[in-house]
Parts: sequence; C-alpha cells; structure tokens
Amino acid sequence: MNWAACVPMAAGLAAAPLLTSVINRTKAFFAGRQGPPLLQPYYDLAKLLGKGAVYSRTTTWVFRAGPVVGLAGAVGVLALIPAAGLPALAAFPVDWIVFAYVLSLGRFFTVLAALDTGSAFEGMGASREVFFAALAEPALFLALAALAILSRNLSLSGILSGLQPGLWMEKGPALALVVGALFVVLLAENARIPVDDPNTHLELTMIHEGMVLDHCGVDLAFIQYSAGLKLWALSAIIVSLVLPVRAGSPALDSAAFLAGMAGLSVAVGTVESCMARLRLLRVPALLLGACALAALALVLVLR
Amino acid sequence: MSRSSLRLQNGERAELKDVPLLSLREFHGDLLCDIRQGGRLASLFGHPVGDGVRLFAVTAHGDTGELSVSSADAGDSYPSLTPDCPQAHWFEREIAEQWGARPEGHPWLKPIRFHRPYRGGLPSDGGPLPAGVTDYFQVQGDGIHEVAVGPVHAGVIEPGHFRFQCHGEDVFHLEISLGYQHRGIERALVGGPGPRSIHLMETAAGDTSVAHATAYSWAIEALSNRRSPARGSVLRGIALELERLANHTGDLGALGGDVGFLPTASFCGRLRGDFLNLTALACGSRFGRGWMRPGGAAFDLEAPRAAELLERLGQAMSDVGNAVGMLLGSPSVLARFEETGVVSKASAEALGLVGVAARACGLERDVRFEFPAGIFRMTHIPVSTWESGDVFARAQVRWLEIQRSAAFIAEQLVALPEGPIRSEPAAGLEPESLAVAMVEGWRGEVCHVALTDAAGRLARYKVVDPSFHNWMGLALALRDQQISDFPLCNKSFSLSYCGHDL
Repeated sequence: MNWAACVPMAAGLAAAPLLTSVINRTKAFFAGRQGPPLLQPYYDLAKLLGKGAVYSRTTTWVFRAGPVVGLAGAVGVLALIPAAGLPALAAFPVDWIVFAYVLSLGRFFTVLAALDTGSAFEGMGASREVFFAALAEPALFLALAALAILSRNLSLSGILSGLQPGLWMEKGPALALVVGALFVVLLAENARIPVDDPNTHLELTMIHEGMVLDHCGVDLAFIQYSAGLKLWALSAIIVSLVLPVRAGSPALDSAAFLAGMAGLSVAVGTVESCMARLRLLRVPALLLGACALAALALVLVLR
Repeated sequence: MSRSSLRLQNGERAELKDVPLLSLREFHGDLLCDIRQGGRLASLFGHPVGDGVRLFAVTAHGDTGELSVSSADAGDSYPSLTPDCPQAHWFEREIAEQWGARPEGHPWLKPIRFHRPYRGGLPSDGGPLPAGVTDYFQVQGDGIHEVAVGPVHAGVIEPGHFRFQCHGEDVFHLEISLGYQHRGIERALVGGPGPRSIHLMETAAGDTSVAHATAYSWAIEALSNRRSPARGSVLRGIALELERLANHTGDLGALGGDVGFLPTASFCGRLRGDFLNLTALACGSRFGRGWMRPGGAAFDLEAPRAAELLERLGQAMSDVGNAVGMLLGSPSVLARFEETGVVSKASAEALGLVGVAARACGLERDVRFEFPAGIFRMTHIPVSTWESGDVFARAQVRWLEIQRSAAFIAEQLVALPEGPIRSEPAAGLEPESLAVAMVEGWRGEVCHVALTDAAGRLARYKVVDPSFHNWMGLALALRDQQISDFPLCNKSFSLSYCGHDL
C-alpha cells in the first residue's frame, strides 16, 4: 500500500476544523475583535463528545442515524480528494460523481433527521437546504465536467494532481470561470454568508443550522466535524486549481497547499464581513449564476 | 375638535368634574369626529365608578397641540368603537380584560395580558390564566402550515409568542400574543404616589426608563402644581435624547446583525455602550435610573462633567457616523432593507402607529414637536420622517434622529441655564383631578394619564407605552412577506414586551 496516499486524507481529518477557525478570526478582525482561539473548534468538539444526548420521544432511529451517515459521507468524500500533488486514497474514473452523491447522501440523511423531529423550524430548514442543494448541484457537475475535459482525465486525483501551472496560461478564462462557480458552491454548501448565516440565532432565517437544532452532544459533534470536513474537501479542490504549485519537493508543495487553504478561508471570512446575507428569494439567482459560469467554462473547453 | 370634550395641554391638570360625562352615543360620535379631523387616540381606558366602569378617552390633536378628554359610563357592555376606528382595538381588548366591560361588535376580542379582571363580582373560575392560550386565527388549505415562535426565544430577548400562517415561505398572517411580562404596574400605582412609584415607572420598560420617569414626573408635577426649574427641564431633555441615541444606535447595529452585516453590528454594539456610559457619567446609572424625579432632576451636570460629556459625545458620534455609513452605504444591506416589511401610510394612520414606525411611513408624529413641554417648548428638534414605510425607512429615520438628538444635546450642554435643578416638594396632589403627560420616548409616544381621588391619592394611573400602539403594525408589516424576513422586521420596529405587558 502506498502510504503517501493516506497523507491528504489524514491531513484533512486532522486540520479541517482549523478552516472554520481561520474564517472566524478573519470575521473577528473585520469586526474589531480578537476572536476565539484558533483551536476553539477542537475544544468545542471535545466538549460535545463528552456530553450525553437527549432524544425527543417523537423521533425514531432516523434522527439518530442522521449525524452518523452525515459523518460517514463526509469522511468518504475526503478519501477522494487529492492534495498538494499527492493522489487521494481512492481514485477511479468518474469518481467525482461518487463525490457529489456521497456528499448528497449525508445531506439526505441530515434532512430526514430534521423532518423526523416534526419541528416547524427544522422542516423549513430542510426545505430550504434541499432547494438550494438542487440548484448548487448542476454548478458542481458542470464545473467538474469542464475540468475533466480540460485535463483529459476522469478521476479527481488525475484532474487535480495532473494540473500544471502552464494550463492557466492556455485555458485561463475557463479555469477562472470554474473557480468562480466552485467558490459559490463552496459558500452555499457550507452554509456561509451570503447564502446562510452560520452565526445567527434566528430560527426563522436558518438553513443548515435550522436542521440541526434538536441535535446535541456527540451527535452535534459529528455534525460540526462533518461540516468541517465538507468545507475542507471543497476548499481543497479550489486550492488545487488555483495554486497548482509543483516545486518538486513534497514539503514545499504541502506548504503552498496549506497556505492556499488558509488564504481561501480568509477570502470566505472577508466575503462574510463585507456583505450582508442575501434575501432567501435571491439565493437561487446566485446559484443559477454559478451554474451559468460553469456552463460557460464547459463551452470554452469544448470549443 | 368636538365641542363637548375638555381641552388640555400636554402636562396640564384639570378637575375631574370638568371632564364631560357623555352618553355612550355622544362619546362614540365625538371620538369618531375627532379622529376624522386628524386626531389620534392617545389613551382609552376604563376606571371603576360605583358598580360600573367609566371610559376615559384622550385624543391627541397634532395640528393644534391640544389634547381632548371625554368620558362615558359603559356598564358591562358598550358598542365597540373598533369597527369604525381600528386604533381603538387594542385598548378595547385591554378594557374588556381589566374591567369586564365587553365591547359589542369587536371583531377580535381576546385577552392581551391573560390576567383576571380587576373588578370584583365578575364570573370567574378562579384558576390561573395561562398566557398565550387562546383561539388563534387559522388559515386552512393546501400547502398551508403554521409556525409557532416563542415565548422562549433563542436570543437574549423578552418573551412573546408569534403565530405565523404560511404558505411555503410566504406569510399570510401573523398573530402576536403577549402578556408574559405582566407585573401589574398600573394597579401597584393606585393609592400612590409612594416611595416605590418612581421605581415602578423606571422599570415599566427598562430601555425607556428616562421617558417613563419623565412622563410620570410631569403628571405628578401637574397634579401638585409644581414645576421643574429651567435647569432641571434642560437636563430632562438631555437625558431623553441620550436614551434615544443609545437605543437607536443599538438598533441600527442589531439590524446589521440580523442581515449578517458584521462591521456595523459590532461597532454599534460598542457605541451603544458608549452612549449608555454618557448617561452613567451624568447620574451613575447607564439607563438613567434615579436621574428624573418629580420636581426636576436629581443629579446636576456641573461644568467639568458637562464638558467631558460633550467631548465624549463628539467622539462617539463620529464613530457612529462611520458605522452607520457602512451599513446604509452597502448595496447588499440596502437590498435587504428596501421594500421589506412595508406598512402603508393609510394603515399606519388607521392603526394609530406612533414614533419611529409612524414617522417611517411619512406621518409627522412627534410629541416633541406636536405637544412640546419642558425644554422642547424652547428648542425644537426637527421631525425626521421618511416615506417608504419599509425597514430601510425605519433605519433611516433612526439615523436622522441620532444626528438631530446629538446636535440638540451639544447645543444644550454649552448653554445650560443657571439655577436649581429641582423645585421644593409640594404638600400633596390635588384631589379629584386628572392630568395627562406625554413624552416622545425613543420608541415613540409615552402617554401617562393620572386620576386622583378625593383624598389626593392616585385612583387610576394609565400608562401607554408606544409598543401598545405598534405591535399590530408589526403584524401588518409581515403580510405577504417572507417568513425569513420576520426577525429583520421585528428588529426594525424594536418594540417592548414589558412596556406593553406592564
């Protein structure tokens, strides 16, 4: 077995919560505050893992399965993501379709668990989540399809590891469009402003947070950790596209990759600090805009 | 203005025997006539007389600056005013709940605070009344769902229950049920004034301490033929405007927070504290408790402290300008604020909205301008209005008022009149009298009506917080809106639960 293939996944599992930290620190900087410690998400996870869980009598096994399937989905997805020129743990042709649907499987169960509670807030959150996810999915697929054609490779590892800096010179516009579409998908999938507000306490405006209101303890830890993994996975794709650094030394490549991840989180935090959240009615327009960017990229690479 | 009613100035006393006692038909007709001529119902309340209930109505006429008072004996039931005069609806529900006088023909008769009637001899099953248990309006049909929010909320806010009838994300109807904070303040004031009275007023609505304490002080001064010296009156104006500055700034920040716009949310949160600290500099309490007292002010602003206040005010104002400039200059924020939660001018007028909510619909309603008393007789603050009636208008009116209040304070601080801050205590209250005192609190019109008995004690003390008028405005603002915009609309009205529940 090639141990190097385990590195991207191990790094993701270990460092994913840090991205949330970087985003929060960026937002704190813009707000003139110091912000929580960088390791705060880990403290939170440790705290939640030490807690018991309360289950409503109206819920069934579906409610308990939601966080577990969600975590399994996020870990499964991570196994397909290469990083810093290293291939992923698992790579096979058209694995990006598996990537999209394993991600959706986790969401499907989170939605079922939310509906299982019978709460009005969770129902509204679930309905919004499904609606927006359905609009984000074509953008993701079109973007990945454009990349596959561009790199003449069918697996995520092949696409992202095989990317050479020279490609930006040749196919810059198409790549830029793909990155733009994926950035919007990243914001939508990870419940960030302008689509969702991860910090809000207002149940009526919640999307992702609304769905997990009734989870606590270990279940909530699973949910938060899988959210971190999902953010890591999508960020890794974008960073691999934007910074295809191939310095030849794994240490330098890894450093560039990690710096890219931090930079992307800063960008997400900056977006969150500089603009208000969109009215829910306007979110579909943003997601359709991402679809249009990705479709345009596809047209450019097919030309 | 109808000929039969008694006319009063804001903060003036009248003998109870001079208040005309009309037949119900005349009372009804006079009120409608007053309202049609541009008056608005400032207060409508019941007072037990013998076995029955006497209704007192105070109508405010902004054009002449006069208040008209009339009364009528209602008995156990009376024809409801609400079908002809929607702004009476909440008052009539209150009267029915407090005194068991039933307004016949009221379209929406339900409890508002969920307590037993004050009047003895009414049928009662004796048990406690659980707040929020009532028949809610329901919409039936395909795809309709009901969302219940509260009384326990996720944020650190007061309890209130909101029932939405929705179709997907669209709100057809919102019903608001309050009463969880009912403490019985009006009842506790009867037999006063006592040592606790002023403290009850300062905590009627905690964020409106200065306005309620000032209104109470004016009412007591009117009833005891006492006046605040000039310096005391100026201090009252300064206190009132400092309260407005702090709350408006806090609300603008909270509006930013509700749309996820972080910079203004954080900065205004701090700046609200800066303004509260200015009040603390003057009297030791961030909420101005202990500053306003019958007869004037209890704490003076000596020259060094006035100078420090002025300097710190200037610093805070320049920061507020930056923070609000970011908020109202940001396209993504404007996209959320504009055309959200619109209340039409006609609805605002029919419901009798007051304060920021009314001025944001283009209505020139401001007690400081229409019924000036104290320092506002000498110095006028321009009325800040905006036409669009949406969240943006309510934010914009707040920002205009912040600037004008700060200018007023700065102007007054450099020209504080010499002399005492508080007049000598009076012997007692005039017996068998009535006094009306209105103050423009930061939310809107605070109206206090005091009635004394033959011994010169308070027989009835009616408090109307602006929230009492405006909660229904919020319910209307939500019609045909997105349910996800409710928190934003709610914050733009920024109403008080305890001020309503008393």
